[in-house]
Amino acid sequence: MRVKIRVTVNGEERAAEVEPRDLLVHTLRDQLGLTGTHVGCDTSSCGACTVHLDGEAVKSCTVLSVQADGHEVVTIEGLAGEDGKLHPLQEGFWEKHGLQCGFCTPGMIMAAADLLARNPNPTEEEIRHGLEGNLCRCTGYHNIVKAVQHAAAVQAPAEVTA
Amino acid sequence: MSSVGTSLKRKEDPRLITGRGNYTDDMTLPGMLHAAFVRSSEAHARITAIDATAASERAGIIGVFTGEDLADVVAPMPMAWVPPGIEVKTPERWPLSKGEVNHVGDAIALVVGRSRAEVADAVDDVIVDYDPLPAVTDPEAALEPGSPLVHQELGTNRSHDWSLGGGDVEAGLAAADVVVERRIVNHRTSGAPIEPRSAIADFRAGELTLWTSTQVPHFVRLFMAIVLGTSEDKVRVVAPDVGGGFGAKLQFCAEEVMVSWASRKLGHPVKWTETRSEHMATCHHGRDQIAYVRMGATREGKITALHAKIIADFGAYFGMLTPTIPSLGAFVMSGVYDIPAVKTDIVGVFTNKCMTDAIRGAGRPEATHMIEVCVDQLAAELDIDPLELRRRNFIAAESFPHEVAYGIVYDSGNYQGTLARMLEHLDYGAFRDEQAELRERGVYRGIGFSTYTEICGLAPSRVTGPAGFGLQTGLWESAVVRVHPTGAVTVFTGTSGHGQGHDTVFAQIAADRLGVSPEVVEVVHGDTGTGPMGLGTYGSRSMAVGGESLARAAERVAEKCKRIVAHQLEAAPEDIEVADGMFRVRGTEKGMALAEISGIAHVRPELLPEGLEPALEEHAFYDPENFVFPFGAHACEVEVDVETGKVEVIRYLAVDDCGNPLNPLLIDGQVHGGIAHGIGQALYEKITYDENGQLVTGTLVDYSLPTAAELPSFETDRTVTPSPVNSLGVKGIGEAGTIASSAAVLNAVIDALRPLGVGYIDMPCTPMRVWTAIQEARP
Repeated sequence: MRVKIRVTVNGEERAAEVEPRDLLVHTLRDQLGLTGTHVGCDTSSCGACTVHLDGEAVKSCTVLSVQADGHEVVTIEGLAGEDGKLHPLQEGFWEKHGLQCGFCTPGMIMAAADLLARNPNPTEEEIRHGLEGNLCRCTGYHNIVKAVQHAAAVQAPAEVTA
Repeated sequence: MSSVGTSLKRKEDPRLITGRGNYTDDMTLPGMLHAAFVRSSEAHARITAIDATAASERAGIIGVFTGEDLADVVAPMPMAWVPPGIEVKTPERWPLSKGEVNHVGDAIALVVGRSRAEVADAVDDVIVDYDPLPAVTDPEAALEPGSPLVHQELGTNRSHDWSLGGGDVEAGLAAADVVVERRIVNHRTSGAPIEPRSAIADFRAGELTLWTSTQVPHFVRLFMAIVLGTSEDKVRVVAPDVGGGFGAKLQFCAEEVMVSWASRKLGHPVKWTETRSEHMATCHHGRDQIAYVRMGATREGKITALHAKIIADFGAYFGMLTPTIPSLGAFVMSGVYDIPAVKTDIVGVFTNKCMTDAIRGAGRPEATHMIEVCVDQLAAELDIDPLELRRRNFIAAESFPHEVAYGIVYDSGNYQGTLARMLEHLDYGAFRDEQAELRERGVYRGIGFSTYTEICGLAPSRVTGPAGFGLQTGLWESAVVRVHPTGAVTVFTGTSGHGQGHDTVFAQIAADRLGVSPEVVEVVHGDTGTGPMGLGTYGSRSMAVGGESLARAAERVAEKCKRIVAHQLEAAPEDIEVADGMFRVRGTEKGMALAEISGIAHVRPELLPEGLEPALEEHAFYDPENFVFPFGAHACEVEVDVETGKVEVIRYLAVDDCGNPLNPLLIDGQVHGGIAHGIGQALYEKITYDENGQLVTGTLVDYSLPTAAELPSFETDRTVTPSPVNSLGVKGIGEAGTIASSAAVLNAVIDALRPLGVGYIDMPCTPMRVWTAIQEARP
């Protein structure tokens, strides 16, 4: 059985036909061609598949595609501005060497974006606990924390004025 | 201005931070089929029947294949070590089992179909009948007479014995006032890169292209040609973006063979991407050694001899390098110490578990761990401060190059220097005062040190090759530097980066020598269809071997540029220097930029010096004269909750020396990740099998990778002791953090627990284990 769904992905309405059991991450990757969202485990442990669903970070391996029907999804591909201007977190990860192999990075950035939306000025401890659901094997998280701090510093003044 | 030495931001990042990376599983080819494996649920069994009827009849299934179908796989999976004069008993291993399985996860059948979901469903419908055989999972039990045999045909579980030593160890131990004897377990771990392994094979018109998540595309091509009975020119292997390796992808995998074989058979591209549980059960593991260590010393703390008997659990099979791994540790068994007699005796053992092979550090973390833990144990025994004991035994800084007791020559070092630098950041006396004060209040803190060296930059082929250590390969490296007519540069390297930052730092090396910005230097790696053969990225070799070959190729291009410029500007080639982005006549403003020179080289033959070939392209192959030996001093502070056994790392300080720092940003990143890997092993990560050979830690839920919340920020610093081995003066840094850190953490935990009567504990220091040790030590 296949089900038609409509999902707004990165601001654009997309249609797909999915099996009820299909995971959102597979629909994004295999049907919509958005391969920036990755799969690193089978148990919702690694967070490489993190995207935003209606503005909140979710592990897209734990969301059925049909659950996203009628909702809004933002993936790593949709994070930069329309002019290609990097999101402060993308800038932070580049600036602070917050990635090595880059595989966990999209999920890490999406999780961090959610963290900063909820807490624009997190302490180091809050960042570390906020990213607990995302695993990185390369960086030891040291520079990921620095990257998030960088983004917070860039982002926070703008949000205050807004 | 020189780019080398600066913390240039990475060239590879823009695509990776925007979701435009290209990992193997991201690719889809027209007509591509999917593959999945039926894997053994038994640790040891004869397969009596495989019924694939139901699976084959499922929608979307193209075929189910078993070991019996592999008649055209003409050679078994290779193992690359033939040490002269030693027989290494080597079980035959095929990409699919032929009649017997030897560990949980052993591949039994391949299912190929139209979609990932359909093959996953069909795998569950393949019915395998097993006739269970007795299994053995404990390596010491496997060596006992009467143990079940993993491979009946070998008649023993003991694969081989191998020794390396120098000086009279028994005399040294006899002369010692104190001998510390410890049984040190270095448990089994997983490399666990976050990207699972993945491969896509496309065999068409007699030629195979294989995209695979590997650290060693050239090895994969060579071995693929051999096992499929074709020739290397018909095989192209590409490592696209690779999501971490840590040794787990330094392998020639059965799954790579099977997708290639299936593509050849079916005439379609075939993709396989492992699940995480497949990774945990079937991608080679690391460590799993039990060491019986004896360290002797005089009352004054001079180490007189060190002996280690290592029982190395290889699991059920050999991968490419499995039996060599403990031997790599033997090469640094003297550590940073001047010890007159050192000997390592290795016994290799088969058990009914997944095979082990290289994981970050490969043998050297095990050696460093046992040495550094024993030094702390000895310090406690002698009641000498652990740092003072180390100082009394350090190899003198003036004595490099230094030959250790068993004949290995350390290239350069200054162990006193890294320790002194570490103590500039650490007020050791204040820590001890605070520690004592906190203990009064029931707070248990400890500090542990690890002063390490390691052997890397693999490798001088004369030493490691067939006539030496016995690897059936050279370990040299290669590079091509190609200047395009416009002055843009493409560099090809035989190494295969997967997160280390090759695109950036290799560009820096070439840019400096050619007077251009690293921006215009593109680095190409991981594709056997471009550039010359190379040996890949592992063993902290990319810079010390690959980088040096690139520097040499770039120098050759620069020499040619100088001849062209000298000819144009009527100067002598030796008077041309690279400065301010120009090839300039020394002491003048006259000069030419690379773009101008390359234009002449490509399109103005009449302007070239007589007899000079056109174009600007050079290659270099480099086989080092010696290994390189990075070193450093690490300190770890922990707090142990003695009520729960939970260990928290509260501070980690690392001073490393990897020779000349080419890009400090990247070096720090490698150190951070390396430390995290070592802390992971010391506190959290452990692959566990039960006594029946069932894997207990088959997912990331039960195999605990450290998260951001468990780790502190790291403090890092460097000293610089250039290597005399290569012109860059560099050593490796990819594994150093891992090699150093597990001992520092364990020593810190023991330091914290000593007042409670705990004198030694094995890794991983999980709450349960620490709590139990505390209870057992209670009077």
